[in-house]
Amino acid sequence: MPATDPEHRAAVSVPRLALQGISKQYPAVRANDRVSLQVMPGQIHAVLGENGAGKSTLMKIIYGSVRPDEGRMLWDGQEVQVRNPQEARALGISMVFQHFSLFDTLSAAENVWLGLDKSLKLPAITQRIVQVSQTYGLEVDPLRPVHTLSVGERQRVEIVRALLTHPRLLILDEPTSVLTPQAVQKLFVTLRQLAADGCSILYISHKLDEIRDLCQHCTVLRGGKVTGEIDPRQASNADLSRLMIGSEPPPLQHHQRQPGATVLAVQGLSVAQADPFGTTLKDIAFEVRAGEIVGVAGVSGNGQQELMAALSGEDPRAPAGAVRLFGQDIGRHDPRARRAAGLHFVPEERLGRGAVPPMSLAQNTLLTRTESVGRGGWLKPGAVALLAAGLISRFDVRCGGTGAAAKSLSGGNLQKFIVGREIDAAPKLLIVSQPTWGVDVGAAALIRGELLKLRDAGCALLVVSEELDELFEICDRLVVIAQGRLSPSIATSAANTELIGEWMSGLWDRSNAKTVEAGIPARPNPTPATLVPGAPHAQA
Amino acid sequence: MLKLEPRAQPSKLMALASPVLALVLTALLAALMFAALGKDPVRGLGVFFFEPLNGLRQVTEVLLKATPLVVIALGLSVCYRANVWNIGAEGQFLLGAVAGGGMALWLTTHGIILPKVVAVPLVLVAGVLGGMVWAGLVALLRDKFNASEILVSLMLVYVAQQFVNYLVFGPWKDPAGFNFPQTKSFDASTLLPMLVPGTRLNIGLVVAAVAVVAVWLFMFRSYRGFSLQVGGLAPAAARYAGFSARGSLWLALLISGGFAGLAGALEAAGPLRQLTPHISTGLGFTAIIVCFVGRLNPLGIVLAGILLSMMIIGGELGQSRLGLPNALTGVFQGLLLVLLLACDTLINYRLRWGSALAVRTGAS
Repeated sequence: MPATDPEHRAAVSVPRLALQGISKQYPAVRANDRVSLQVMPGQIHAVLGENGAGKSTLMKIIYGSVRPDEGRMLWDGQEVQVRNPQEARALGISMVFQHFSLFDTLSAAENVWLGLDKSLKLPAITQRIVQVSQTYGLEVDPLRPVHTLSVGERQRVEIVRALLTHPRLLILDEPTSVLTPQAVQKLFVTLRQLAADGCSILYISHKLDEIRDLCQHCTVLRGGKVTGEIDPRQASNADLSRLMIGSEPPPLQHHQRQPGATVLAVQGLSVAQADPFGTTLKDIAFEVRAGEIVGVAGVSGNGQQELMAALSGEDPRAPAGAVRLFGQDIGRHDPRARRAAGLHFVPEERLGRGAVPPMSLAQNTLLTRTESVGRGGWLKPGAVALLAAGLISRFDVRCGGTGAAAKSLSGGNLQKFIVGREIDAAPKLLIVSQPTWGVDVGAAALIRGELLKLRDAGCALLVVSEELDELFEICDRLVVIAQGRLSPSIATSAANTELIGEWMSGLWDRSNAKTVEAGIPARPNPTPATLVPGAPHAQA
Repeated sequence: MLKLEPRAQPSKLMALASPVLALVLTALLAALMFAALGKDPVRGLGVFFFEPLNGLRQVTEVLLKATPLVVIALGLSVCYRANVWNIGAEGQFLLGAVAGGGMALWLTTHGIILPKVVAVPLVLVAGVLGGMVWAGLVALLRDKFNASEILVSLMLVYVAQQFVNYLVFGPWKDPAGFNFPQTKSFDASTLLPMLVPGTRLNIGLVVAAVAVVAVWLFMFRSYRGFSLQVGGLAPAAARYAGFSARGSLWLALLISGGFAGLAGALEAAGPLRQLTPHISTGLGFTAIIVCFVGRLNPLGIVLAGILLSMMIIGGELGQSRLGLPNALTGVFQGLLLVLLLACDTLINYRLRWGSALAVRTGAS
């Protein structure tokens, strides 16, 4: 191999990391199939693919937490065996996970200290954190307990922790899913600076615009195989999605429609947080009319969960008169009574909430559908199976029949089943949380199409999503939730990403504000005043 | 090297084969233990697994012993499927015996002679209510104070035993009983009718059979049974569906307490005919093993109940014929449960020789 020949080394640039023919077989799926990839020093390299394309498995192989079945890994031209994450860190590989691994009750510095060499003293670590955060514009107060930090700040703690090990390759797994558009731009500045200092970056995402903005090189995965290697700056969205999903998603038919009577009216909805790390809902007011889709935008952890629970009836603590369906106060009804009144809900967790994992699809219809319960509470097995079979064919659910366990379905197919189960119940108000979260593009298009059809049939819909693109695509009006408060609504046609991004910081009262907080507090701040630019902890 | 590899789908075959495999392994270890105790392993296994089925009398004894085990385990299966860990069926069984036996004793001492069709149901209903009250205490403490039902139900077993002791040593002691700690023998009108003449087998067996069908219908054909199971498998899904967690807690405990109490009354008004400090021989704990060996399934529980009953009777035979210690029965029961849990690993995993590199399907 020329690259490993010492004489060539000086002349030819050696890849920091090279993967050759990596394969990994899981019992049901071939997660990686002869994947090859090269990352040069100082390169920001994107790995693009849908959920389930094998991105995460590949990163875990690089980081040593999964062993490949086949293939070689070269580090600076030398073949290496990374048996565990410790060995990966010894090589200079650091990873920032999608789900943070911080202890809420410890300070930022203590959290960083936990993952480092124990011979270092806490004050020394604190000093280093301050240095690194100044160098890269990653402002982090090392002494604050993690539970008081916003999601964006927590991510910065994770990145600082990774940087303290002087990585030569930094892996970021979907880092922007918890950030406002403005915070994303700040993160990108940091990453570009890191790359300029010679650190290679592997950036995992399924968001095309981000990849085009940040990365010089892109490896596209589909079904565990590499389907393309391109410069994303010179490829169109259509090119990228063709590589990613094999086709372009069909465009949605979205017509303007005149909304009808008010279906859901929420007024003065305040609910105290149910647990210490939850969000308190504060004086929420909005309404949803028949034949329209209202979208709720916001960074996760700002009260979406709590709002959904208060509307679905899982949390029946709403003040009297705060939640009205067709004028009837339902704020203290249980979910079954609300369903009987026409309110159906699709939760964001599919397994364990929207469906019981080990139960069959037929049995899972019984969670929200009682047509097949006969007199005296006896079940009619034939009717249960028939209902499930109808849902499976109508919503194109790929599964092993009505007897298939919910957990045996892919995320997209189970979501089609759950959304289908609620749509098929002919609801008057459908509330959907994260309709296409972790769902492949084909299923996502089908689900969005079905939601629009339901709207056109006169149903009122409330959709919560972290994907702004999705909300802009299907919603008639948007509201934004931040720190448990809800913004006024704005017609989708009058809104744009910048404005919604600003509102996601809780700044709808002063939309002119130039500086906005980069990450949104996962917990409510003591007073809104801390959000004023320049106030302590508010600057990003 | 031997290693465990997750299966893509849980194996249906292993779900059925696992109890059989556990039984075979228990028998193998039992044979080793007989050899270590200096007994002939073949004869030892014969005493435990074949003698109890040898002849009508033995078979009826096995069924008689299996009846309370099956009835208690049926109630427990409902509880465990609802993810409520009642391990105090022993105490609920004792209270059922006290309540049922108390009813029989009251009728006896007051000289009230009712027809059997009235007296026996009275005794059984009293037993059910006694068990329900004892389990209801567990539900109340869990509901109001979030006290662990595991600890509370277990502790209440010892309270129940002391309560039984108090009654038979004190107020309920037979004045004509030579100061033995026992009650009067119940009047014949309150005792369970016999099923097979010349044996001790009574209509408790029929009651158990009806209970099997009833529990099966409740678990797999009723909406309430479905909602209980959802609460056990996925509490968030139950909340989403609108099934009350409190309601499930109470229902599960009252059902299992009621069944354990029924079993207590069946014992008191069946083979015992009076109350003594030794009403139970740990049937409420053995029933937990029956429940799991039977896969929390009514039909499986019937088979497991008969198996465990055989082991109990085999243990008694082993004492008299081979001079084996009585504790051996408990050892075998424990072995069976532990081996079953171990074998259950194979439902979700398979054993595989060699390294990960052995997996190379469809590489070309």
